[in-house]
Amino acid sequence: MKIHGNVIKYGNNVDTDVIIPARYLNTSDPAELASHCMEDIDASFVSRVKKGDIMVAGRNFGCGSSREHAPIAIKASGISCIIAETFARIFYRNAINTGLPIIECPEAAAGISEGDELDVDLDTGVITNLTKNISYKGVPFPEFMQKIIAADGLIGYIRKRRA
Amino acid sequence: MQNSNTGVRGMTMTQKILAAHAGLDRVEVGQLVMARLDMVLGNDITTPVAVKEFRKIGIDHVFDKNKIAIVPDHFTPNKDIKSAEQVKFIREFAREMDIVNFFEVGQMGVEHALLPEKGLVVPGDVVIGADSHTCTYGALGAFSTGVGSTDMAAGMAMGEAWFKVPEAIKFELKGKPGKWVGGKDVILHIIGMIGVDGALYKSMEFTGEGLVHLSMDDRFSMANMAIEAGAKNGIFEVDEKTLAYAREHSERQYKVYSADEDAVYSESYTIDMGEIKPTVAFPPLPDKARTIDKVGDIRIDQVIIGSCTNGRLEDLRVAADILKGRKVHRDVRCIIIPATQKIWKQAMSEGLFDIFVDAGAAVSTPTCGPCLGGHMGILAKGERAVATTNRNFVGRMGHPESEVYLASPAIAAASAVAGRIASPDEL
Repeated sequence: MKIHGNVIKYGNNVDTDVIIPARYLNTSDPAELASHCMEDIDASFVSRVKKGDIMVAGRNFGCGSSREHAPIAIKASGISCIIAETFARIFYRNAINTGLPIIECPEAAAGISEGDELDVDLDTGVITNLTKNISYKGVPFPEFMQKIIAADGLIGYIRKRRA
Repeated sequence: MQNSNTGVRGMTMTQKILAAHAGLDRVEVGQLVMARLDMVLGNDITTPVAVKEFRKIGIDHVFDKNKIAIVPDHFTPNKDIKSAEQVKFIREFAREMDIVNFFEVGQMGVEHALLPEKGLVVPGDVVIGADSHTCTYGALGAFSTGVGSTDMAAGMAMGEAWFKVPEAIKFELKGKPGKWVGGKDVILHIIGMIGVDGALYKSMEFTGEGLVHLSMDDRFSMANMAIEAGAKNGIFEVDEKTLAYAREHSERQYKVYSADEDAVYSESYTIDMGEIKPTVAFPPLPDKARTIDKVGDIRIDQVIIGSCTNGRLEDLRVAADILKGRKVHRDVRCIIIPATQKIWKQAMSEGLFDIFVDAGAAVSTPTCGPCLGGHMGILAKGERAVATTNRNFVGRMGHPESEVYLASPAIAAASAVAGRIASPDEL
C-alpha cells in the first residue's frame, strides 16, 4: 500500500488528551471526534488538515490514556499515516487494531519538516521526502502484525481465523 | 547471564506469568505470544466502542461471564445525556451477556480500586483492561496492562490476547520512607528520573528489602503510574502483605511467580526511599518532578484528593490527619472523592467526613470525574489544581490553559489549607 501526502508536524509526547480531550468522550462517533482532534495544542488542525495528509511527530506519540477514540479521531480527520520516532505502546496497539498505518522511524521524524511532500510505501517501510529529495527506511511490522493489518484490523483477523 | 545448568536465560516475573498463560515453559524478549486472560475490564468510555467491535465478530456470547468486569466510573453518575446513553448501551450489553461483574452506581467504584477490593484479581493473573491504568494490579503480583477497545472486544470473545514479551527494568527498593513520603512520592521520583518514556514497551519490576515499608495502598499507587513512564506493566514481588491482601479479598486460587536469580534486566536501579522527599510533578507531564522544597510559591484554586492513584482509605486518613482542626484556604475548593463505596463507608464510620466537612472540603460519591476533566471539579482558564491523580497533561482537568500539579494526599491536603503548594510541615 502506498501513501502520498503533505506533512503536519508535532513534537515529543503528544498525549491522547490533546489528540482528543476527554470532554468529547461522551460519544464514539468518528466524525464528531474528528471535529475536535488536536484542538488543545493546535486549534487550526481541523481547518487545515486535508485528506491524505501525513502526521509526523517525535518521541512517545500517543502517550497517556488507552482511548481508541484517539486513533479513530486522527483517522477520521483524514490523516493517512503517522510517522514518529517512537509510539506509546497502547496507541501503537490501537493503531494496528483499528487499521491506522503507523511507522517508527527516528531519522524521518527528525528530518521531515512541516509541509513536506512524502511518498510512503507501507509494505517496505520506505519513506521518500519529495520536497527534500531524501529517503528513509522505517521499521517494518513483524509478520504477525502485518497479518492483522492485512485483515483490516484485529476483528477482521479474528473473523478470518474463526471462518 | 546464563543459568549454569541449562544454559538458558532466567526470566523476570512478567515473563514467567506470560509463559504460563501462553502454555509455554519459557519465553524470550520480543517473542509474540497468545496468552489466556483471567480478567477483561472496561469502563463507560471504552466499553461502548468495544461492544460495537464485539458485534462485528459475529459471536453471540462472551468467553466467560465471570471473567469480564464492566465498571461505569468515568462520567458517572451520568454527567449528561450522551454519557447516560453510553452507560445505558453497555448496561444492556452486560444484561444480554449475563456479565456478573457489572457495577452500577451504588456498587460502583473507581475501577482500579474496585477490582482488587472485590477480589477479582489475584497474584499470578493476566488481566487486560480498556483503561491505561489497568497496570495498577501489578501491585498484587499480577501481569496487568492497558489496551484499547478493540483488544477488549477480542478478549471478551476469545479469552485471550496477543503480547510481545517485554524486557524489564528492575527497581530495587531499600530504606524506609520518611514522614509525609508515600508510594506516590516514590513513583513520581522514579518517573522524574527515567522520564515519561523511560520504560517504553518494558515492565517495571519492583523488589527489594524496602518493600516491607510499603503498604498495599502504596503499591497500588505506584503500579498505577507505571504507564506514566510508558511501561507495559508495573509489577511487585509478592510478599506476606500481598498474600494477606489476596486471602482477605478473594477465595480464588492465586499463584506466586518470582523472578529467577539470573533474570536479565535492561536496566537496574537501586532506590533509597529514605532519601526521597515529598515530590510534585509540574504540568504538563508527570516527569516534571520537583521536590517540595524546590516548588516555590504556587497559588492554587482547587485540590482533588481521590482517583485510582490515591483515593484509597490510607490516602483519606492522611488527608484527614492534616485537615483535622484546620480550614481549607478561602481561595481553594477542596474536593475529596473516596474511590469505592466500601472506602466511602469506612471513611464515614471512622469520622473522616466530619473532619473534611468541618474543614470546608466537599466529599463526593466515587467517580473518576475531575481526573480526566469529566465533571465534579473542572478548571477554568488560568486556574491551578493540586491533584492526587496521575496525569497533568494540557487541558487534562479542564481548560487548555489550566494547570494540574500531581502530588500525594499529604501535599494535596496541606496545599488546600495553605492556598499554595505546601508541605504539612509548613502549616
